[in-house]
Amino acid sequence: MNYRTLFVASAGLALSASLSGCGLNSVPTQEENAKAKWADVENYYQRRADLIPNLVATVKAAGAQEKSILVEVTQARAGANAVKLSADQLNDPAKVAAYEKAQSNVTLSLQRLQEAYPELKSQANYATLMDQLEGTENRISTARHDYNGAVQSYNTTIRTFPDAIGAKVIYGAKPLVPFKATTPGAEAAPTVNFGNGN
Amino acid sequence: MTILKSFLVAVAVLFGTATADAQTYPKFTGLVVDAANVLPPATEADLNAKLEALQKDTKRQLVVATIPSLEGRELEEYGVGLGRAWGVGLKDVNNGAILFIAPNEPKGHRGPRIEVGYGLEPFLTDAFTGRVIREQMIPKLSQSGDIPGAMEAGTDALIKQLRASPEEAKAETDAAAAAFDRTHRRATGGGFPIGMVFWGLVIGFVLLTAMRRRGGGGGSGGGEQRYRSGIAPAILWGAALSEWGNRTGGGSGGGWGVGGGGSDGGSDGSWGGGGFTGGGGGSFGGGGASGDW
Repeated sequence: MNYRTLFVASAGLALSASLSGCGLNSVPTQEENAKAKWADVENYYQRRADLIPNLVATVKAAGAQEKSILVEVTQARAGANAVKLSADQLNDPAKVAAYEKAQSNVTLSLQRLQEAYPELKSQANYATLMDQLEGTENRISTARHDYNGAVQSYNTTIRTFPDAIGAKVIYGAKPLVPFKATTPGAEAAPTVNFGNGN
Repeated sequence: MTILKSFLVAVAVLFGTATADAQTYPKFTGLVVDAANVLPPATEADLNAKLEALQKDTKRQLVVATIPSLEGRELEEYGVGLGRAWGVGLKDVNNGAILFIAPNEPKGHRGPRIEVGYGLEPFLTDAFTGRVIREQMIPKLSQSGDIPGAMEAGTDALIKQLRASPEEAKAETDAAAAAFDRTHRRATGGGFPIGMVFWGLVIGFVLLTAMRRRGGGGGSGGGEQRYRSGIAPAILWGAALSEWGNRTGGGSGGGWGVGGGGSDGGSDGSWGGGGFTGGGGGSFGGGGASGDW
């Protein structure tokens, strides 16, 4: 009698312990964490997009000569706004790459804008907008770094035993795609040259 | 040029991310960390007093630091890493900020930078911090390379803003400060070591029960089943009592190895008690602004 209850009790304990280690809880937790970090990234990209019309207006008001650059910036922004990436599509490398590409178009166009009008730096409005833009770019970098960390954690979880059991059998989990730079030439080590025209 | 810089930061962060976190930071020894040794003692003392008063009055933690080497990282990336490593500001409220400079780095990489925690971003906006750097700090740096003067001017401007701006959700800040205090408050003066007393009781219970079992084992026979689990309740009760004792006894059980930090005159280690408390676990998201001279 004693042994039997003891056996049943310990069998139950072992079963529940192994179930809890099967990824039932850890897989969704990690996935939600990664999605939350993704939401941050998206949020900051949106914030950047919101700053751009202001910037374009300021540069125009300062008497910009080369209108083509302003057009380029505006178009890049419109292009980025048109490419949407929902949290469910984060395991699709093609969609993530397309989103990344659209956003880096905006980055490049902004960079070209800044290089075209170095004299505007002394203008208070422009300087303020540049501060905000840089701050947003910085937040984007940090958020992407955090997102990549969360993705790495999730991808590792769904591939390692015993969480892989729950991941494959119950959730059909697919690995998430980390953010990679898709701009051509970005693989080369960046040479930083801050000449006098900084 | 600075958009280029930010973009390069992004690239560098992406490529340097995977496992390269062997970043070392100076030790968080006070609200003024002059690791690069460019601030005279008078400036350090003055800044320290102002910053401690700020934390005491507003619960916001502002740190001033001079960094000897960025170890190959960009200013912005270093700033976020530093803020998270030190845990400046309270956990979950994230009301910390760091003003730092890396005077040994080449032009374009040496700051100054104001790194703002998540919680202070509404008050120390990018625009505001950029203005502080441009208007208060860069003139002093460009004209005469006056690092102490620039740091003082920047700190004063930030303190003024932090004292004047409205309080963020007061309830959450108070709760976070209370949580910090529970684990960090030291006993003042000759506190009665309640923690030690309760731990003594726990050990006493365990020993007594063990001895009783051994002594009475000969005569127990068949009907003593209730003594089989004699130790477990004793341990549980002892733990519960000591935990309760720690909570109500002013945390003098915290003398059990917590201490830490400098022993500033009269401070008790709590977040709003004056003196240096160390970081509260606050986090940073990359907000703030940088300058260059």
